[in-house]
Amino acid sequence: MHTLMLVICLVIFVGVFGVMFWAVIHHRRSRGAVAANFHENTTVEIAWTVIPVLILLGMAWPATKTVIAMKDTSEADITIKATGYQWKWGYDYLQGEGEGIRLLSSLSTPRNQIEGAAAKGDNYLLEVDNPVVVPVGKKVRVLLTANDVIHSWWVPAFGVKQDAIPGFIRDSWFKADKEGVYRGNCAELCGRDHGFMPIEVHVVSAEKYAAWVAEHKEKAAGAAADEAREWSMAELMTRGEQVFGTICAACHQANGKGLPPTFPPLDGSQVVLGDKAGQIDIVLHGRPNTAMAPFGGALSDADVAAVITYTRNSWGNHTGEAVQPAEVKAGRNKS
Amino acid sequence: MAAVIPDPLDHHHHHTPSGLMRWLTTTNHKDIGTMYLIFSFVMFLSGGVMALTIRAELFQPGLQVVQPEFFNQLTTMHGLVMVFGAIMPAFVGFANWQIPLMIGASDMAFARMNNWSFWLLPPAAILLLGSFFVPGGATAAGWTLYAPLSVQMGMGMDFAIFAIHIMGLSSIMGAINIVVTILNMRAPGMTMMKMPLFCWTWLITAYLLIAVMPVLAGAVTMILTDRHFGTSFFNAAGGGDPVMYQHIFWFFGHPEVYIMILPAFGIVSQIIPAFARKPLFGYASMVYATASIAILSFVVWAHHMFTTGMPATGQLFFMYATMLIAVPTGVKVFNWVATMWRGSLSFEPPMLWATGFIFVFTMGGFTGLICAIAPIDIQVQDTYYVVAHFHYVLVAGSLFALFAGAYYWLPKWTGHMPSERLGKLHFWCSLVFFNVTFFPMHFLGLAGMPRRIPDYALQFADFNALASVGAFGFGLSQLIFLAAVVKCVRGGKPAPAKPWDGAEGLEWTVPSPAPYHTFEDAPLVK
Repeated sequence: MHTLMLVICLVIFVGVFGVMFWAVIHHRRSRGAVAANFHENTTVEIAWTVIPVLILLGMAWPATKTVIAMKDTSEADITIKATGYQWKWGYDYLQGEGEGIRLLSSLSTPRNQIEGAAAKGDNYLLEVDNPVVVPVGKKVRVLLTANDVIHSWWVPAFGVKQDAIPGFIRDSWFKADKEGVYRGNCAELCGRDHGFMPIEVHVVSAEKYAAWVAEHKEKAAGAAADEAREWSMAELMTRGEQVFGTICAACHQANGKGLPPTFPPLDGSQVVLGDKAGQIDIVLHGRPNTAMAPFGGALSDADVAAVITYTRNSWGNHTGEAVQPAEVKAGRNKS
Repeated sequence: MAAVIPDPLDHHHHHTPSGLMRWLTTTNHKDIGTMYLIFSFVMFLSGGVMALTIRAELFQPGLQVVQPEFFNQLTTMHGLVMVFGAIMPAFVGFANWQIPLMIGASDMAFARMNNWSFWLLPPAAILLLGSFFVPGGATAAGWTLYAPLSVQMGMGMDFAIFAIHIMGLSSIMGAINIVVTILNMRAPGMTMMKMPLFCWTWLITAYLLIAVMPVLAGAVTMILTDRHFGTSFFNAAGGGDPVMYQHIFWFFGHPEVYIMILPAFGIVSQIIPAFARKPLFGYASMVYATASIAILSFVVWAHHMFTTGMPATGQLFFMYATMLIAVPTGVKVFNWVATMWRGSLSFEPPMLWATGFIFVFTMGGFTGLICAIAPIDIQVQDTYYVVAHFHYVLVAGSLFALFAGAYYWLPKWTGHMPSERLGKLHFWCSLVFFNVTFFPMHFLGLAGMPRRIPDYALQFADFNALASVGAFGFGLSQLIFLAAVVKCVRGGKPAPAKPWDGAEGLEWTVPSPAPYHTFEDAPLVK
């Protein structure tokens, strides 16, 4: 498609500039050229208005067919919802084989490679911790939305680029005919780490996909059982530190000092040192009109409980209080 | 001609203040034009320094020079400064100097408002550039200031919003002044269809400015109230829509790109006939083409938003409308080439720049057509392909035409001929380094490199290194222009009233340098 258009453009380009350079070379005053005095010719002018219109019509026809095909998201085998976060992608398998699977997929390139302290790997900035996995030859419909600002889900090899807009859902689709690893990036400026939220899609055979789904289901079942029980302080702190590192540290920083004024510090914060329910509410539902997005969708009860416990007992904060998953669950039900 | 030599007019400026007060209080279109041009060149250099910092960071993969946060501030401010600080004021500077001279008017219609519309700009520039030093730094939301990202920004965003308000006010006043001057102050006998094409393109541009600058002001004001007064224009949770911002912004933004290119078409249409020594081919069709581009520019805005996910019919409408723009633009290119055809050409610096303009601008035009095709655009949107495209039309288009115009009219402004050697050196260095910088970006975009990223995957490394080398070459080449202008102002071969033998127009009937007051008695145009 692009090649066809390019060829048309090249032909026009060569034609027009052929004439211009001929004039540049042969009609120079230094060669004794004397200026002619024509300055109007209606026939020629009409011709070079009508002919481009016809060429454009020729270009518009295949383009129109492609647009209509790209918009046809019906009869998908698998539907995945991708959610853009600052600065990572979340995936929910909504329908088809693998329904119910949830992933959070963030950059796995180590910091020292970015800062030049270590040699850069082959997939520098294009690798993630939890890639999306889809079966080969199946039509996959992708629903897109975002949690905070506009992101854009782009995998060049699939020809899919669709903005993920907070509060709205858009869709697109792809069908990969060859197994392999396909990589892409966020394509809409979304803040500081816009360049560091890649997309990695593994296209695998139907059997491998089934195995992957089974493995994931098992893990998820284990995690669900974990949720309900009473957690010890140490467990909450360990899990909390990990969650904080992947979710919160991008804005609030690992040292809890934040990046004011947009991203406030948590160290010494009134919210963190105040009432537990208030903090749970903010983490679950976000704060309208600020950068604080709702995380209730992305994090489990245990994650939220752990990370709140961690913030209340780190840096200069020493409340000594532990938050249990049950309390988070109560917070969810309130709204 | 003797009647316009300033001696008998001394009573006009015996009360003119000197020194700083002269420039602060001047209502003279030539003084104001000069100030616009100097201002825009200073902004051009500061925007250029930001661009070079960006290219230095992108020279190699990894983070070496700046952190991502500051990188985003640089890309944002580079865009805002170049668009609102450099290109637009430069064209207004040309309009101030040239329109009264070209239509035989003694000054602009509203001389005091003219002073005010210039003097609004320096405070706006200080506000904009000063935002780097407030807590949180300058706005980092991209020059398009998309909500909701722009709602997240720190105080720098508010500075940028107010700077845009002030610059918009200045543009609107400048545009009104130009419209009234052109409609009311033409010399007797100069009918609309006898007007130099530069005046025509500026007239149409001025209407565009009056139509769309208030739209931009509205869009950024909505961001301001979303930020501070609890409104939810662009917040879905409050019933707003983030995409609505993009619709409003690009309803301004697309005419805006024509605001930046139509006066360039005008300058080139003055220069090509002068150095082909042959009248402009198809004057009337040039006027109609300019008007159709301006009208079409109001119905194509959503081609900047193909990836936001609009219905197929919407995509198709905006795709067809955008492709249509290729027709009048093509007519213009054909007309220029036909003007050169069988002319008697010579290539002094203005003509070199104008020819270079046609060549490189048309490449930008073709990539524009490629981008118009919705399915391709979805792939190249927000990649370096788009960066290459708009630099081809904005740098190789607007900026090259500005240089062409500067070399063309410098003799009239300063009374000295600009150095031909420096002018040619400037041109060839700029042309080569421009292409070294921006041509590889097409490949980067097609290979999948998104724009506005401070760091990139390894397969993009070679072309990025090349582009960075070219960028530094291009940046340094602009110092040649500075040298050429300074040299020309200080001295050089005295310029006759009409330094270019093929040039036509009233501005060449007054002596060089143009006296402080010209056309006290309106000339008669036959």
